[in-house]
Amino acid sequence: MKTQDWKNLGWSAALLVVAALLPLTNDGYLISLGVSIAMYTVLATSWALFSGPTHYISLATAAFFGIGTYVMGSGIEHLPYWVLLPIAGLIGGVIAALVGLATLRLSGVYFVIFTLGLAEMTRQAVTWYQNQTGHKGTYVLTELTDPDIYWQLLGLAALVFLLGWAIGRSKLGFALRIIGDDEDVARHVGINTALSKIALFVVSGATAAIVGAMIAPRYIYIEPATAFTPMLSFQVVIMALLGGTGRLWGPLVGVIPFTLLWEAISSSFPNQTTLLLGLSFLAIVYLLPGGFVGLYDRLRGRAKKRSAMA
Amino acid sequence: MKRRTFFKVTTTLAATLMAGAAFAQDNIIVGAVAPKTGPLAGGAAVTHWPNIKLWVDEVNARGGLNVGGEQRMLEVIEYDDQTNPAETIKAVQRLATQDNADIILAPYSTGLNIAAAPIFDRLGFPQITSSAATDQIGELSGQFNDMFFLLGRSTDLAEDAVEVLSDLREAGEIGNRVAMVNVADAFGIELMAVAKPAVEAAGFELVYETSYPLGTQDLSPIMKAVKGADPDAFVAWSYPPDTFGLTEQAMIEELDVKAFYTAVATAFPAFAGRFGAAAEGVMGIGGVNTASPEFMDYAARHEAATGAKPDYWASGMMYASLQILEEAIETTGTLDMAEVTQFIKDNAFETVMGTIDFDDQNSNTAYWTVGQWQGGEFKGIKETGRDGAVEPILKTGWE
Repeated sequence: MKTQDWKNLGWSAALLVVAALLPLTNDGYLISLGVSIAMYTVLATSWALFSGPTHYISLATAAFFGIGTYVMGSGIEHLPYWVLLPIAGLIGGVIAALVGLATLRLSGVYFVIFTLGLAEMTRQAVTWYQNQTGHKGTYVLTELTDPDIYWQLLGLAALVFLLGWAIGRSKLGFALRIIGDDEDVARHVGINTALSKIALFVVSGATAAIVGAMIAPRYIYIEPATAFTPMLSFQVVIMALLGGTGRLWGPLVGVIPFTLLWEAISSSFPNQTTLLLGLSFLAIVYLLPGGFVGLYDRLRGRAKKRSAMA
Repeated sequence: MKRRTFFKVTTTLAATLMAGAAFAQDNIIVGAVAPKTGPLAGGAAVTHWPNIKLWVDEVNARGGLNVGGEQRMLEVIEYDDQTNPAETIKAVQRLATQDNADIILAPYSTGLNIAAAPIFDRLGFPQITSSAATDQIGELSGQFNDMFFLLGRSTDLAEDAVEVLSDLREAGEIGNRVAMVNVADAFGIELMAVAKPAVEAAGFELVYETSYPLGTQDLSPIMKAVKGADPDAFVAWSYPPDTFGLTEQAMIEELDVKAFYTAVATAFPAFAGRFGAAAEGVMGIGGVNTASPEFMDYAARHEAATGAKPDYWASGMMYASLQILEEAIETTGTLDMAEVTQFIKDNAFETVMGTIDFDDQNSNTAYWTVGQWQGGEFKGIKETGRDGAVEPILKTGWE
């Protein structure tokens, strides 16, 4: 590793420690904001690991999140909490692999539509199963509090960042970047494009499932409508794009301002939330096409040019 | 937008907010969070929000709440949780820590109330739920001591409907053939899971049963199949859109049953508004004692203040939850929520729905389970300890 890598790692670790201190403020409101930010950071970053380099827009986040929620909901009576987290990840990963095998040959808009349908399909499957078995409500009653959930999400975020960093340096990451630039070229130089895409899709699916399992104790009462809400998929995409998917830290700088903006809108204009949110989206798309990462790169490029001129 | 305009807008906004905060010094801040958008916005607009407006208007019209000898006006801060539990939790936190709410009202629906329970519990606010139907009352109130339940157990709601049918059969009014359907979603599945064994245990013949996905638009095949099975009674564990849809199809098919039951939203005034005289004899979940002077008075005030009638199930319970809170605050003379909560646990309350006395699980054990449209009102016909239940009538056609 280069000195620069060590320096980045050090900075990241320091930031993580600072973030982990948030619950010490003992401010419930800040902590619940923190849970939101941590949750979307994990989801958006893992989403960008797959969609960033490949340019495949996946709207399946809600499907995997919901699967994780239901793994926790149906398993908590029988198995310890800590066992259920990896099980949720495993199930999410296996389903992502199956879905990936079936669909990653699709390109562009077909893939988007399929992933959007996936959340609804999974939701219907869960409902069908409950209906067949005469289900009487799913409850996840635990002793876990918001700070516990926050720390868990933070830990998961650290893992996702490490994984993303490792993938970025590996052959796999290189292969994915080539696929993103031109899939035909990638295939011609001997890259197994399907396998590379599936591998990353599995990572993001498993991660979303684990997040769902971690959030389940917070909702306590699990309903298909809240576990599989399609809004989640869209929010993750918007946050990741706002930040920019070109860099590992991109989604993070999208998640934080977006969550704060959302918060400001819903607290100041409770009756016009959706309207103002729509306007913000328009503004983001028009003013920040490459997200914050794009803006940063443009500004840096301009600064470089200027210093070169001088 | 130019930067200067933007600056102007934000400063004006900040000034307004600050002025609001200064003005609010002596007011009691009432925090309210419930859906204004999302799947449950429609239900909340009928059952939840109008009662808050009614109560606050009334209290303020008489000079505010008396807290320890001091009259203090109510000021409401409302948030939309978008029918999303994470937003509910965050809004409750925001009300408590940013808005310094003195009181926070329980949210709307089973799911959102249960999601908010840990926060209410940790903040120490009493959470008097009026729209949560669950069988886990014991577990929930055991873990969250400040959580109260007005609406009752879901099992009772389903079992009592079956009991109404049994009684009609014992009286020789209806036959033995029952058709039963349910919406394949949380509450519909739960009620079906209770009702099916109950129907079988009561010795009915289940001649047709099916389920349909939430949001099904075309319910006519179901009603055709129901009609083909020639039942004596029809029961649907339905949600608002399909409650209306199934009833409409029953009219089109001229389903000839002597007992017709649909679940959620049958008790909405809009149901009679839509079906008029054809609603006569339709049974549904909920009910109230429409002959009680307290309820009649409440319904009249509700209509005068909000322009809409209350529903005949959870509306009255929502208002009752506000009455309980009001009495507890005025009698204890404090906004100390621990004291208020203890008072609610220890005392019985006279409300528009009758006397409410929580048991040791914080549960109201006397509530309406089945109602029926009779003469333009949805009257309670089955309860778990309320006065004023009327005799059920038979459904005679759809004219």
